[in-house]
Amino acid sequence: MLSLVLLGVALLLLLGALAPFVGGEAAARRIVYGASLAISAVLAVLAIARLLEGGPPASAVLPIGLPWLDAHFRLDELSAYFLVVVNLVAAIVSIFAFGYASHDVEPARVTPPYPVFLAGCNLVLIADDAFMFLLSWEFMSLSSWLLVMANHRQPETRRAAFVYLVMAAFGTLMLLFAFGVLAGPAGDYDFDSMREAKVKPLLASAAFVLVLLGTGSKAGLVPLHVWLPLAHPAAPSHVSALMSGVMTKVALYGMIRVLFDLLGEPAWWWGGLVLLLGAVSAVIGVLYALLQRDLKVMLAYSTVENVGIIVLGIGLALAFKASRLPDLAALALVAALLHVMNHALFKSLLFCGAGAVLVATGQRDLEKLGGLIRRMPLTALFFLVGCLALSGLPPLNGFVSEWLTFQAIFSSTAFSNELLRLGVPVAGALLALSAALAAACFIKAFGIAFLGRPRGAAAAAALEPEGAMTAALALFSFACLVLGAFPGFAILIADPVARTLLGDGLPVNVGGFLWLTPFPDGATSYSGLIVLVLVLSVPLSIVWLVQRLGVRQQRRSHLWDCGFPDPSPATQYTASSFSQPIRRVFGTVLFRARESVDMPPPGDMRPARFAVTLVDPAWDWLFQPIGRIVGYVTQRINILQFMTIRRYLSLMFTALVILLLVVVVNQ
Amino acid sequence: MPAAANHFYYDVAHLLGALVLLCSFVLIYQRRLTGIINAFTMQSLALALAAAWQAFVQDAPHLFVTAGIALLFKTVTVPVALHWIVRRLAIHETVENALGIGLSLLSGVGLVALAVLLVLPVTGSTAALTRETLAMALSILLLGLLIMIARRNAIAQVVGFMSLENGLVLAAVGVKGMPLVVEMSVAFSLLVAFILFGLFFFRIRERFDTLDLQFVESFRGERR
Repeated sequence: MLSLVLLGVALLLLLGALAPFVGGEAAARRIVYGASLAISAVLAVLAIARLLEGGPPASAVLPIGLPWLDAHFRLDELSAYFLVVVNLVAAIVSIFAFGYASHDVEPARVTPPYPVFLAGCNLVLIADDAFMFLLSWEFMSLSSWLLVMANHRQPETRRAAFVYLVMAAFGTLMLLFAFGVLAGPAGDYDFDSMREAKVKPLLASAAFVLVLLGTGSKAGLVPLHVWLPLAHPAAPSHVSALMSGVMTKVALYGMIRVLFDLLGEPAWWWGGLVLLLGAVSAVIGVLYALLQRDLKVMLAYSTVENVGIIVLGIGLALAFKASRLPDLAALALVAALLHVMNHALFKSLLFCGAGAVLVATGQRDLEKLGGLIRRMPLTALFFLVGCLALSGLPPLNGFVSEWLTFQAIFSSTAFSNELLRLGVPVAGALLALSAALAAACFIKAFGIAFLGRPRGAAAAAALEPEGAMTAALALFSFACLVLGAFPGFAILIADPVARTLLGDGLPVNVGGFLWLTPFPDGATSYSGLIVLVLVLSVPLSIVWLVQRLGVRQQRRSHLWDCGFPDPSPATQYTASSFSQPIRRVFGTVLFRARESVDMPPPGDMRPARFAVTLVDPAWDWLFQPIGRIVGYVTQRINILQFMTIRRYLSLMFTALVILLLVVVVNQ
Repeated sequence: MPAAANHFYYDVAHLLGALVLLCSFVLIYQRRLTGIINAFTMQSLALALAAAWQAFVQDAPHLFVTAGIALLFKTVTVPVALHWIVRRLAIHETVENALGIGLSLLSGVGLVALAVLLVLPVTGSTAALTRETLAMALSILLLGLLIMIARRNAIAQVVGFMSLENGLVLAAVGVKGMPLVVEMSVAFSLLVAFILFGLFFFRIRERFDTLDLQFVESFRGERR
C-alpha cells in the first residue's frame, strides 16, 4: 500500500513535469485530469481497504533527500484516513475539471501544477521525518500558489497570491521551528525519534504554539485566515475546491499528527486554547461569510467557519486526552475527523457549483444572479444539497459530525478542571450560534442565486454546464447523502484512527448501521436513514395530499415582487438586504460595517447608490500593526545599506568578537 | 623522541609562532605605508620559518613547500609589488587611522586574551604544541581584522587581509596531517586576490587621485 502511494506520487510528479510538453491544450487537459482521476481513485480505494483491514503501520526508507538523512515514509491509520479524504475529493474534482478547465482563462497555466499539488498533498500524509514533511508541505504550498496565480493578469489575483505566499512562508517557518524544538539537541528529524523523545514541558508548550501557528495559518484559523478569502476566489473553481476541501484538511492532518502523535502528553490548557480558537473561528468565519455578496468569497469564509468547527473538535479531544478520558477524547476526535470528510465533500461540491454558475453566467456577484433554478435545474438541485449539508441539516452528512461534536461538548461535565467545565459549554453555545448563522448564510446563497427572477442578462441566459461538471456535482451530492444516511460508513474508517492515537474508540454499531449510538449506555442515538425517509416521505405526502384535496386551479403570479407587481427584477430581495439585520447586530462593532447611500441631488438623473463597507478585524488589529512595525524597523535599519566598507567590516568584527565572548563565557 | 628534545622543539615552535604574533602588533602601530609593508614582510618571514620548523618537527616534507610558498610570495613577490605600487602611485604620506594607536594596541591585547581564553579550554586534550599554535593563529586572525578596520587606506586594508591569512596558514601548519592541497589553495587564492587588489588600486587612484577610502566613500554618497 505504502509503495503504491509512493508510486502514485511519483506518477503525479511525472505528470506535472510532462504536462507542458504535451501538444495542444485539450490533449494536456485530458491526459492530466484523466491520469489524476485514475491515480486518486485507486489511492482512495486502497486507503479505505487499508483502514478496514487494519494492521501495523507500514514504513519505508528511500535514499533520497539530504545526504545524511534518508527519506522516511510511514502509513498508519491517521495517514490512511486523510488519504481517503484527499483522494476521494481529488478524483471527483478531476472529473469536474474535464468540463471546467476548457473555460479557464489560461488552462496551460493550470495543468502542470495541478498534479504536483495533488502529489504534495499525498506526500505530506505519508512523510515520516521533518525534512520530508516540510518538503512536501512546500510542494503543496508552492504548486497551489502557482494555481492561484493562474489568472495573473488581474491585479487582485496578484495581490491574493502575494498574501498567500507570505502566509505560506510564515506557516512553514513556524513548522520548521516547531520541528527544531521537537528534534531536541540530538537533532533526530525522523518522527520515530520525536515520538521517543521526552521534551521538557516548557519546550513542548513552545512546540505546541508553533505548530498551532504553522498549521493554523494553512488551515485558515482566525486570525491567520486572511489569505483564504483572497486566494480561493482568485483561483480557478476546481482549484478552489481542492484548496478549500483538501489543502486545509492536510494542514489539519499536520496539527493532529503533531499534537496527538509526536508531542507526548498534552497540558490541559492546550486543549482549551485550541478549543477557543476553533469556536472564535467558527463564529467570525460564518458571520463574515453571511455579509458577503461574492459567492466564492462567501464560500471561502465559510471554510474558515468549518475549519473552526473541526479545530474545536480537535481541541476538545486534546482536553479530554489531557484529563485522561480516552473514550470521550475518541468521541471528539471522531467527530472532528468526520467533519473533515464532510466538509471536504460539501465544500468541494459548493465550490464546483459556484464554478458551474461562473461558467454559465460569468458572475460571482450574488446581486447579479437570480432565477438560475429554471435555467440550471440540476446544478440548482446539487447546490441545494451542498447548502443543506453545510448548514448541518439532517439527513445530510454535515449534521452527523456537528451532532457528534455537540455530544462531546455535552460530556464536558466529566472534566475535573473548573475552567474547562465552564468554558466548553460556552464554546458549544458559539458553535450553535455559528450553525444557525451558517444556515442563514446558505439560505441567502441559494435563495438569491437560484430563486426569484434573473437580475441580469447573463443570469437570464444561463445554461446547464457540460456533462462532466454535472456528473461531478452529482457524485459529490450522492456522497453527502450516503454519508448522511449511513454515517456508519465514515465512522467505520474514522474509528481506527482514534483507536491508534488515543487507545480507545467509539462503541459504534450498537444496533447496527441503522442507529448511531456514541455512548455505550445508548443515552443518545441518531439514525440518518430514518430521518431521510421521514424528510422524503412527509413533505411528499403533504404535497400529494394538498394536490389531492386542495383546489385544482393554479394561479401563476410574479415571483418575489412583495405584492407590488413591478417588471424590474431590481425590486427583488437582495443578498445585502437579506443580511442587513445581522449586519446591523453584529457587523457594526466587529466588522465596522458602514452603510452609505449616495443620493443624487434633485434634477440629477443618475440612480441612488447604496454601498456597504466591511473591515476584517484581523487586518486592523493584527496585520496592519505588524506591517507598521516591520516598516518602522526597516526604516531604522535601512542605514545599514549605505555604510562604508570599513563599517561593514567593523560590524562583522564586532559580531565575531561578541560570539567568541559568548563561547568563552559559556564554556 | 627524548623528553628534552621534545621540550626544545616546543620552545622553538612557540617562539616562532610568537614572532608571527609580535609582527601583527608591529603592524598595528605603523603609521606609514612602507612601514606597514615591511612589518608584513617580517611577519611572512617568521611564518615561513615557523612552517619550516613544523616541517622538520612533524617530519612532513610537504610543509617545506608551504614554507617555500610563504617565502617566495609573501616575503618577496607581494612586498616588492606593494612597494612598487606605493612608488608608482607616489603615496608616501602617513595613513590615517580610524582608531588611535594606543587604543588599537589595547584592543589587540584584549583580542589575544580572548583567543587564548577561547582556544585553551576547548582543545584541552590535544598536544600542547597544537593548542598554543592555534591560540596564536586565532589572535593573528583577529588582529588582521582589527588592522583592516583601523586603517582608512586601501593598501593598509589589503595588508591587514594578508596578515589575517598568515594566521590561517599558521593554524594550518600547526595541525598535524593537514593536506598540502589546503595550503596550496590558500596561497593561490591569495595570489589571485592580490592581483585583483592591485588592479583595483590603479583604478581607484586613476579616478580619485588618492587611495584614502574616505574620498571614495564620500564620492559614493555613503554616510559615515
